[in-house]
Amino acid sequence: MEKFEKLSGVAAPMPLVNIDTDMIIPKQFLKTIKRSGLGVNLFQEMRYDQDGNEIPDFVLNKPAYRNAEILVAGENFGCGSSREHAPWAIQDFGIRCVIAPSFADIFFNNCFKNGILPIALPQEQVDILMKEAEKGENARIEVDLENQKITIPDGTAFSFDVDPFRKHCLLNGLDDIGLTMEKSNAIDAYESKLGAQMPWM
Amino acid sequence: MTAPKTLYDKIWDAHVVEESDDGTCLLYIDRHLVHEVTSPQAFEGLRMADRKVRAPEKTIAVPDHNVPTDPTRLSGIKDEQSRIQVEALRQNAKDFGIEIYDVDDIRQGIVHIIGPEQGWTQPGMTIVCGDSHTATHGAFGALAHGIGTSEVEHVLATQTLIQKKSKNMLVKVEGELAPGVTAKDITLSVIGKTGTAGGTGYVIEYAGSAIRSLSMEGRMTVCNMAIEGGARAGLIAPDEKTFDYVKGRPHAPKGAQWEAAMAYWQTLKTDEGAHFDKVVELDASEIAPVVTWGTSPEDVLPITATVPNPEDFSGGKVEAARRSLDYMGLTPGQKLSDVEIDTVFIGSCTNGRIEDLREVARVMEGRKVKDGVRAMIVPGSGLVRLQAEEEGIAQKLIDAGFDWRLAGCSMCLGMNPDQLAPGERCASTSNRNFEGRQGYKGRTHLVSPAMAAAAAVTGRLTDVRELL
Repeated sequence: MEKFEKLSGVAAPMPLVNIDTDMIIPKQFLKTIKRSGLGVNLFQEMRYDQDGNEIPDFVLNKPAYRNAEILVAGENFGCGSSREHAPWAIQDFGIRCVIAPSFADIFFNNCFKNGILPIALPQEQVDILMKEAEKGENARIEVDLENQKITIPDGTAFSFDVDPFRKHCLLNGLDDIGLTMEKSNAIDAYESKLGAQMPWM
Repeated sequence: MTAPKTLYDKIWDAHVVEESDDGTCLLYIDRHLVHEVTSPQAFEGLRMADRKVRAPEKTIAVPDHNVPTDPTRLSGIKDEQSRIQVEALRQNAKDFGIEIYDVDDIRQGIVHIIGPEQGWTQPGMTIVCGDSHTATHGAFGALAHGIGTSEVEHVLATQTLIQKKSKNMLVKVEGELAPGVTAKDITLSVIGKTGTAGGTGYVIEYAGSAIRSLSMEGRMTVCNMAIEGGARAGLIAPDEKTFDYVKGRPHAPKGAQWEAAMAYWQTLKTDEGAHFDKVVELDASEIAPVVTWGTSPEDVLPITATVPNPEDFSGGKVEAARRSLDYMGLTPGQKLSDVEIDTVFIGSCTNGRIEDLREVARVMEGRKVKDGVRAMIVPGSGLVRLQAEEEGIAQKLIDAGFDWRLAGCSMCLGMNPDQLAPGERCASTSNRNFEGRQGYKGRTHLVSPAMAAAAAVTGRLTDVRELL
């Protein structure tokens, strides 16, 4: 997994609540057997018309945001399906950080597995970042994971929470599976006990 | 004396392999269900790292999302990408020693329908699947939730998940449902009350007399949509109905093991005085048959209501409601029962079980699907389909004008040929009314099977109580 340490980039504003996984990456793109290449279809139905032409009003089609690396959105971002294609598409587009007042549970988990940092902040702070993001490419937002701090060009800074284990994995680009496999003795012991006490399980 | 525990606490505690100082746990997984869409990358990851599936005997595979629901699928799936995914699942199941319920197997069906049907789903288990509607299995008093593909790979390799415990939420529904009101109306009404983020960070236990009086099928409908309320999982304490349902199924414990399992299962209930971090109460007698008007499952209203005005909401919901009404082609103040539909979809992991089909048959008794309405029934599994045929329901529904399909996810998510065309409007027994969910620019109104049948008869959203 790609490390996440510090990021300074353009933030795209999407002030919509309940942005769901079907909006992020519609079903027709779930038929792939790969993880890569989904960025071009990120937000497909908001981003392109039926003939595949870009819809100029959509934020990621505007010149200022075509290389956005941060997304600022409304509450309950990522609700709906468990499809990891949603963070895959976001990451493939080049976005490494999503900031919103709240996230749906599965999407939130999936982000950390893909080197994306989801940050939940109080609505008032998201509102300030949203205004900042609306200024376009001049308004770069800095996200510092080590110090858990977001800074905007006028110097205003917000601190954010992140689970210590997940932070450690992101900072070091660690693969969960490798870490868990080191604990195979504990899993063996659990399975022996289970087999003795509840063999039907 | 230990502190009183909730059902969720008990299942959680019984599955912790290891706990770190910060509360991060390694949680053991008893059953892993795998389907074709969210697993290929996980198996590929295993191959690249030269890893095996740790417990293939606790893992099952079934193609459901992509499969067409007409008989042509038996001679091969035409859509190339879908075919490749289904073939990849078949190959992965073979290579890694996992039991598969393949397209031509009578037991094939939607993963969340066949798990319980085959007895894989049992009380007290942890059950995961790369699909958010895994919450369905919570109806058996199991801790069941959806996971992403990286976690699918993690479970395949280690039979565990790295998790932090959620908070406890109680949804209590007391009283008796009025005629024409069903489990689907309960679960939609809960989401209407709490919102789609109301359960975020929680595991919900559904309790109360109205929940207890539901059949296992109804309980599965309720738990299925826990995710639509944002919760990680929803569960219901097992009781005699649960045990009766599980008993005798192919993978249920037998003989002495059944007795031992029963002794354990009977302890699976929330202790008196256990703490819930959030409590929501509903009076069952006040629940009406409901429909959704917007593009979020929280956009729920009784069928007797009118389309709301976006200005009546607050915060970000004003813009979201405006966008929803524009997408749905509805006007504030319009009566919901005047909204005309052209498609009826009955099926999905929410409402594709035998009881759902019986409910449809009851409403359709002596009635026909209105001319011009496309009405399809997609049983949740080959065995549900067979049972409906044996009970004579299938023929009645075919005679009434329904298209009787083979099992699969079908139009619930339109990854297969069953889709809405742009602008088409559907009364659907599925679980999500998101933009584009059932087809590009398709419009979805979520309803119960009884309400879907009523809409099929009249060609508009209809209060089923008028047809009882």
